[in-house]
Parts: sequence; structure tokens; C-alpha cells
Amino acid sequence: MLEFLRQPWPWYLAGPLIGLMVPVLLLIGNKSFGISSSLRHICAACLPSRIPFFRYDWKNEVWNLFLVAGILFGGLIAAQWLASPQPVQVNEKLVTELAAYGITDYHNMVPVELFNWSSLLSLKGLILMAGGGFLVGFGTRYAGGCTSGHSIMGLSTLQLPSLVATLCFMTGGFIVANWVLPFILKL
Amino acid sequence: MSPASIKEKEHHEFLTKNSDFEVRSLDAVCLNESELKHPWWYNFKYLVAGILFGIILVKAEVISWFRIQEMFRLQSFHMYGVIGSAVAVGALSVWLIKKFNIKTIYGEPIEFVTRKLNKGNVIGGLLFGFGWAITGACPGPLFAQVGTGATATVVTLLSAIAGTWCYGRFRDRLPH
Repeated sequence: MLEFLRQPWPWYLAGPLIGLMVPVLLLIGNKSFGISSSLRHICAACLPSRIPFFRYDWKNEVWNLFLVAGILFGGLIAAQWLASPQPVQVNEKLVTELAAYGITDYHNMVPVELFNWSSLLSLKGLILMAGGGFLVGFGTRYAGGCTSGHSIMGLSTLQLPSLVATLCFMTGGFIVANWVLPFILKL
Repeated sequence: MSPASIKEKEHHEFLTKNSDFEVRSLDAVCLNESELKHPWWYNFKYLVAGILFGIILVKAEVISWFRIQEMFRLQSFHMYGVIGSAVAVGALSVWLIKKFNIKTIYGEPIEFVTRKLNKGNVIGGLLFGFGWAITGACPGPLFAQVGTGATATVVTLLSAIAGTWCYGRFRDRLPH
């Protein structure tokens, strides 16, 4: 059993399990599945600074903070006890492309050559971690949700804004991954 | 009107009235639709749900920067399969909940409010897409990446919180 769990899970197992988060959260407490709101609740709890957008009773939404704390622990458990012995298997073309930028270690979820503390002192690391993170936080809140809230929960309930947002997530990702990221990685 | 339909009407009013500032209007998703007040430790249910979700995210490799790069280069079906089958299961369960009028375990009715499209869905969506391709993470994976021990991704997470804060700060000057 443990051996089976340690393998990378195929999409047809993981996808439906992720989809089940929608009915589970609805049934155990009438909650709409979503993650990015947790970032807003953290702002509301720690630094509301009299900004109207952060002045609401965040304690009402504290379930969302429990959820993301769980995700962090889940990541820890999976990495400690369920880690696959093999590095992630990706398309050969990607391996060739990334090797040209000096990225060859596939043992972690993120390339350790790029995402480490000392690379924060370089322009490349700063753009990747600080810049990328900022765009994720700003963009998801501006869009009203992220891949969980819009692409999973929103599409499941057939919301038009969620379809538009999902298409824009993908468009933005295509543009940057294919035409912008190569320049950043060359820095 | 039967007591049940009165209860549903009241719940509909609760969902659609804007009690907290904008929590329930523009901010389309991720919120608490329940009117019940429970002791705080009831929230441990969500901690457990989060742990399971975190494990799935790691084992399906959807929080892998490499998998995200593959997806945006159309080099693998994996991510499309994950998202597609997740939506299919989610949509089917929502349909079943509606069709059989299934209530929560506390007997509350479950209702889905239709959201309105706004410019933020497009502009914000594109900006998030840029960030997703750079960091290989959407907000859920941000937390999971930290958990897997890639400690430097704490910086990505803190920057995302800073980004959310800046959006809130300059929200009234942005087109919606």
C-alpha cells in the first residue's frame, strides 16, 4: 500500500480526488472551495491598515486558514513519508531546454538551482520568487479567485466569470512560459 | 410556504446581501456560505481536508514547477487531465447536490449564487497567469511547496500576501 502511495499519482486518480474537495467542503460546512482568499484573510488579520477591503470580520472565514495550514502540513507529510524515490519525469524537450539554463536537478518540486536563499540576492532569483509571488497574490485577488476558486469551484458551478478567468490564467501562463521566462532564465 | 422553503429563502437573502464590505460581491469565490456559528475547534475538519488536499497536490506533481512548464509548453497531458477530471467530478457533484437538494451535515441548504463578470477577471487573470508560469505555483501549491521543505518559497508566499495587500490598497483606482 505504502509502495503504491509513494509512486507519482496518475492524473485520473489525482484529478477526481481534487474534484471531490468541492462536494466535501459543501457538505461538511457549506464552504465554497478556494484558496486565494486565505491571503486576503491573512492581510485582514495582520495588516488591515484601515483599508476598507481588509475591514471585515476575518474570524468568520477562519476555516480557510485552517484549510491552508492543512495544505502546508500535507505537503510536509507527502515530502517526508510519501516521497517518490524517482525525480519527476518530464518531457525530453523540456529537459533539453532547461539544461541550457543550467537546470538539471529534478528531485524537488521546484528547481533548487533557481529557488534557494542565496539566489534571492541575484536579479534572476528576485524576479522569480518575489516578482512571481507578487503577481500571484495581486492577480488572484484582482481576478476574484485562483485555480481552485475559479477553475475548479467556479467551473463546477458553471460561472461565466470563472470561465473567462481560467482562460486568462492559461493565456497569461502561455505568454510568460514561452516568450518571457527564457529571458529571465538567461539572466 | 413550508418551513423548509422559508429557510431556503432566508438563506438566499443571507447569501446575496452584502453584509461585510465586498466579501460577498466582487470577490467571487472561496467563502463561508454558512450562517451557523460553531466553536472554533469545529474548524479542525478543514485542517484535515487541507492535509489530504496537500498530499494530493504533491503526489499528483501539480505543485511541481517542471509540470507547470510542461503544461504551458503543451508538452504533456498530465495537468490538463488533472484539471479536466477535477472539474468533471466537481460539476457532477454540484449537479447531484442541486438535483436531489442535498443539505449539509448540519441540515443547511446549499445554494449557488451566480457571479457577475468584471474586468478584473481578465486583467487579474492574465497577471496571475504570468505569476503562475514564473513561480510554478498557484496559491494552494504555494503553501504545499513551503511544506515540502523548499524553504525559500516562503519568500514567494510572503510576496503573494504583499501582492494581495497592494491590490486591496489600490483597489478603488483599478478598473473593474
